[in-house]
Amino acid sequence: MTALTLGRARPRRHTVLPGFGLTMGFTLFYLSLVVLVPLIALIVRPWELGWDGFVKAISEPQVWASLKLSFATALIAAAINAVFGLLLAWVLVRYRFPGRRLLDAAVDLPFALPTAVAGIALATLYSPRLGWLGEPLREWFGVTIAFNPAGIVIALIFIGLPFVVRSVQPVLEDLERDQEEAAATLGAKSHQTFFRVIMPGLLPAWFTGFALAFARAVGEYGSVIFIAGNKPMVSEIAPLKIIQKLEAYDYAGASAIGVTMLGASFVILLTINLAQRWVARQ
Amino acid sequence: MSMAIRIAGALFRSSLVLTGVAFVTLIVLLPLATVFDEAFRKGTDYFLEAIAEPDAVASIRLTLIVAAIAVPLNVIFGVAAAWAIAKFEFRGKGLLIALIDLPFSVSPVVAGLIYVLLYGAHGWFGPELQEMGIKVIFTVTGIVLATIFVTFPFVARELIPLMQEQGTQEEEAAITLGASGWRTFFSVTLPNIKWGLLYGVLLCNARAMGEFGAVSVVSGHIRGLTNTMPLHVEILYNDYDIAGAFAVASLLAGLALVTLIAKFALEWRYGDELAAARRR
Repeated sequence: MTALTLGRARPRRHTVLPGFGLTMGFTLFYLSLVVLVPLIALIVRPWELGWDGFVKAISEPQVWASLKLSFATALIAAAINAVFGLLLAWVLVRYRFPGRRLLDAAVDLPFALPTAVAGIALATLYSPRLGWLGEPLREWFGVTIAFNPAGIVIALIFIGLPFVVRSVQPVLEDLERDQEEAAATLGAKSHQTFFRVIMPGLLPAWFTGFALAFARAVGEYGSVIFIAGNKPMVSEIAPLKIIQKLEAYDYAGASAIGVTMLGASFVILLTINLAQRWVARQ
Repeated sequence: MSMAIRIAGALFRSSLVLTGVAFVTLIVLLPLATVFDEAFRKGTDYFLEAIAEPDAVASIRLTLIVAAIAVPLNVIFGVAAAWAIAKFEFRGKGLLIALIDLPFSVSPVVAGLIYVLLYGAHGWFGPELQEMGIKVIFTVTGIVLATIFVTFPFVARELIPLMQEQGTQEEEAAITLGASGWRTFFSVTLPNIKWGLLYGVLLCNARAMGEFGAVSVVSGHIRGLTNTMPLHVEILYNDYDIAGAFAVASLLAGLALVTLIAKFALEWRYGDELAAARRR
């Protein structure tokens, strides 16, 4: 339907430039072939089970536990990233210190490093035996991070970090220093300036960064799978359940999990978006 | 009094900086250091053996082949989409841009799953294709398709805002002076967007070579045949050949570092001509 309406689109403004038909035609053809048709196949597939079958596939205890785990760990990781991402953006924009550029570059690494590489590195680093961090954590504090839900959160913090920093950073750079200076001149204490002047300007970008980090974390597979331990009912993430269903040729069951993940992310992102608009209006 | 306040302020600032540095070290830098430390744990000879071993070489070759097919296709798409979206006005433009961004919000595993649903043994087109002797799932074709999906938006997303900012005046002038459409594109548009295009290609390529989840679903993990580098890393790791896994992983980490350095060099040198750098 979408493709149809777009297909009938004509340039509204008169222009001498050629190539609209060719480029638009190719864009719609390629988009349909690569993205739209496959996604329609996903959305249609689980309904061969009927509504009851769909609910049954999702409420299977191990599947339901994996969905809860994926969404809960993604929310925790995005919340931690929201705090530290804001702190990092602040430090990178407002302070000058040796190694600032290196710190700035390091924030981008999770975008560039393949997830499987990050996955085995984090699993090794936080492993309770031999890991640089895992061993001391176990010996001194009795904490085991790898092969537990805590390990999943660590991996999701890793892949989500750049989203918050890179969303907040440009806004913080553009934020009028005059406003802050005015507030300070008028006698506002620095924490008052921060919470009354800076934070309201940052909130929309901060929400966006949180939402992006969350959306990425819900579906993440490569960086999580090595550190998760994959114990049924404890540390199996939803994408892993999809793979297990596929290996058993249960296509409809796998699609049901996939559709639920997409639907739930969509609802959560929509809520965040509405909250963001509400905050912007305040 | 004011001295005390200044000292307190300096202490506050340094503690924020130290917290940030500690966080990035724990979450990002130590994992990176782990990759190279583990890769050379058994010495340089073992490292070289691990990356020269036939299955590893086959995985490197396959990764290069997949990127060599997926990246150019997405470049052609990205340029075409950016031309249609940035140079013309039409209804539904916002929707089209949102649809192009869609693959970014889909789980990599779901990205693999959708192609199994189409071309798998029990998929929509799978049985028909099988009768014709065409196999997609568990072959290189499936790996290429899944890679195209996950890297789909990169080039388009970089070029659309860039070309929107540049407007249409230069191209209109060239056409009015009698240049053909292709000529206009190659001698007016392309020089204007070349750094943005390169930037998009870099990011697209890094993701194409490093993709794991989507490729893992459609590959079938056949050693020497359908294992890309990330999949080979997984197999070695699960076989407890930790040093071997990290040796191949260190090549991918090297690629990531080169990509980052090139990205920062582009942003630093041609920041004005990049859309992404301005958005930052």
